[in-house]
Amino acid sequence: MACFLVSGAEAVIVTAIEKAQEAKENKVPAQGEGSSDTPVIPFSRKLKWLTWMLWGGAVLLAFEHVWHGEVTPWFPFLTAMADPADTAEMLGEMATVGVSMAALITVVWVVMCIVANAIVKRPAPEAAEENK
Amino acid sequence: MTLLITVFAAVIATVKWYTRKDDTMLLGTLVFLYWGASLMWLVDAVFKYAELQAEYFTPAFEDMINDTFLGLSVVALALVIWVVRLLIVDPRGVIRSSLLRKRA
Repeated sequence: MACFLVSGAEAVIVTAIEKAQEAKENKVPAQGEGSSDTPVIPFSRKLKWLTWMLWGGAVLLAFEHVWHGEVTPWFPFLTAMADPADTAEMLGEMATVGVSMAALITVVWVVMCIVANAIVKRPAPEAAEENK
Repeated sequence: MTLLITVFAAVIATVKWYTRKDDTMLLGTLVFLYWGASLMWLVDAVFKYAELQAEYFTPAFEDMINDTFLGLSVVALALVIWVVRLLIVDPRGVIRSSLLRKRA
């Protein structure tokens, strides 16, 4: 009914955090967590992955809701808002399906960040080949 | 069907991104758009499966056709978003050079 709104709201918040983080990183010259030997992925770049997934999911799901006639271009924009019973059902769906969607994307992003950190820490394929 | 089509689009976009020669096509945008939508539809599918049980896997023919069109439309919409971003960001400078080109 309006489950995409939860991911959309998270996308707005994460985008704001990402922009602030990017500005902070641009002010401070690039510095690694430890020595210059260990490459580090900027946190703003990782946040960008999350924002793109959230925006992508929210926009494409919003399109699906338009397709099914659940979102209209006129007030109140959501057909479920016209009837209190439907509104309650919509809020219930947002709290279950919507929150689960946003949570899954966030969990996948956390896993992506862990894997990405592990990938940049291991030797490059050419170097690994030379060490054999 | 929508989930299936989006997952195929996500996998194809990811393979294209992995085998790219440079980063000037902004394929990462497309990859994240498709995976984000796929994950959200996966959750939707799980909730629908919990509600409908085995009936979920035997949709009516008309519903399947409708879902197929929806899936293809979603793929097209994501492609349009990607193309618009590609033209605006213009990483290869094609738009800029064509706009600045003097007529002979």
